Amino acid sequence: MTAGWRVGASLAARLISLAGALLVSALLATAQAAQAAPVAITDDRGVTVRLPAPPQRIVSLLPSLTETVCALGRCDRLVGVDRYSNHPASVRGLPTVGGGLDPQIETIVALRPDVVLAAVSARGIERLESLGLRVVALEPRTTAQARAALLALGGLLDAPRADRVWQAVEDGVAAAAAAQPSRVPPLRVYVEASAGGFAAGPSSFMGELMARLGWVNVVDAALGPFPRLNPEAVVRADPDLILIAERDAAGLAQRPGWAGMRAVREGHVCTFTPAQGDILVRPGPRMAEAAALMARCAAVRGTR
Amino acid sequence: MSAGSRPVVLAVALVALAVVGGWLGVGVGSTGWAWPGAAAADAVAAQIAWDIRLPRTAVAWLAGALLGLAGAVAQGLFRNPLADPFLLGSASGAALGVALALVGAGGASMALDGWSRLGLTGAAFAGALAGVGLTLALARGVQHTLRLLLAGVIVGVVLGAARELVTLADPAVLQAMQGFMLGSTALSGWPAVVVMAAALGLSGLTALGLGRVLDGLALGEATARSLGLPLGAARLALVGALALATGAAVAQTGLIAFVGLAAPHLVRAIAPARHASLVLLSALMGGALLLAADLAARALIAPQELPVGVLTALLGGGYLLWLMHRRGVLGGGS
Repeated sequence: MTAGWRVGASLAARLISLAGALLVSALLATAQAAQAAPVAITDDRGVTVRLPAPPQRIVSLLPSLTETVCALGRCDRLVGVDRYSNHPASVRGLPTVGGGLDPQIETIVALRPDVVLAAVSARGIERLESLGLRVVALEPRTTAQARAALLALGGLLDAPRADRVWQAVEDGVAAAAAAQPSRVPPLRVYVEASAGGFAAGPSSFMGELMARLGWVNVVDAALGPFPRLNPEAVVRADPDLILIAERDAAGLAQRPGWAGMRAVREGHVCTFTPAQGDILVRPGPRMAEAAALMARCAAVRGTR
Repeated sequence: MSAGSRPVVLAVALVALAVVGGWLGVGVGSTGWAWPGAAAADAVAAQIAWDIRLPRTAVAWLAGALLGLAGAVAQGLFRNPLADPFLLGSASGAALGVALALVGAGGASMALDGWSRLGLTGAAFAGALAGVGLTLALARGVQHTLRLLLAGVIVGVVLGAARELVTLADPAVLQAMQGFMLGSTALSGWPAVVVMAAALGLSGLTALGLGRVLDGLALGEATARSLGLPLGAARLALVGALALATGAAVAQTGLIAFVGLAAPHLVRAIAPARHASLVLLSALMGGALLLAADLAARALIAPQELPVGVLTALLGGGYLLWLMHRRGVLGGGS
């Protein structure tokens, strides 16, 4: 009798849990149906990619796009990233799928992404598309392009209030600029963006931030975004302040003629760590942090 | 085993190697070893096996075969055991051709459809022809081995510098070329297989048909002429086959060194034969070598992978050193 009652009770419990599960799955289905509106995005190649619903599985092959996806609150949809994506910390645990130059096609396909985000210059885009994957190629190089990429991805990922996410970034940059004491004449700055003497020109993303902070870039705009300057051109320009990666700063005084340069002699040099360098050179949602880093540098080392 | 049957045995062995390697190639990849037959159960696994691993395995074999063929033709044509697509300026010419084509495409990087793939092969072919032509002109013919090799080195360096200059002008092309210099089969699909198979067929038939000319040339220019062989036209056709084979391999997989040099050497060491057989065996040998290297490149640091060009440069360099050392010892003893 008791045994029979127990069987009955466990059956009832099972039925209840089954009903519960059905209810939950029904609710989930409604939620998904609400989400399952078709989305479209036109990428930097001019290709319009249409998806039946916002992508749930995303592979990103460019660090700035990885950061943008996360800034939009969709970090949990990333299922794989390139080996250079290292921010936010949660993406470091994801499978790595090679880099822009050597994407691992097979690994990417095995992750079954709904969409692959890649730089326009990445290799293998055509290969991925020929295998039936949807590829969105975005390569922000300027502030305007970073904004456009964020808003476009906001639409693709059905992320709420992408415009506010961007506004927060803009506000951060504006705050960093406002906190700068106004200088007459303005601060003249040389920024070495990457090893090998590649400077940040005015048309680069870093150059735009410099202008926002009211700095004068000693690099001629005609030379392009990341020109390689003759060391003697920097000596002649005699900048008030130099920004350079930590690992390249050690040899600064050994460069021909640089030991006598005012900025080097008087210590008006800011160095940035590799992690700070990532913030400075990626045109993405951490732009406000980049502006703050640069402003802090000017406040500490930029006194004349 | 009689000397006459050796080439046949070698050919059978190399074909068997290609089949086994192809079968392994479908199984080896980022997810480790998987039995190829088991793939059919799952759509993605099947796609990985048949649309990614199988074509890239075929491309590895074809690129090796093209380079082996080019090496055998070059060594016969120039009567020089060190002739190699990379030492005659044809590979650097092909790479320059690709760089120019990329700049012409507006730095549209490697996002290429089937037609531009064919265009790249054409550009690489033209570049390879120009490279060999320049080397021959500088060396004033093929008679002087040393002069030929020096001219090849010079052309290689100068064309390499020109390529650097072209690619530095445009950051997008620079990036595309950087990837290109690391020879790799990772991005190749079925269209590449078709282009390369066609090039292999064309250049292979040319070389096979002119095997007698290569045999004649091996006896010396004068002897070949006295045999009544059509040297002028045949040479032109052979240089064309050489350039086509090199160009097709370089355009589809980038720079993969030493396969063209090592394959004919290995064939001659194992089974000396007349040139028609040598060319065929060198193609089979090159295919087997590069297929094996590609498998190793995929398996060594899985789930990541090495660019196969880096691996062949290491292995090929080692082989060349060993060859040099052995020759040195022999030379010292005699």
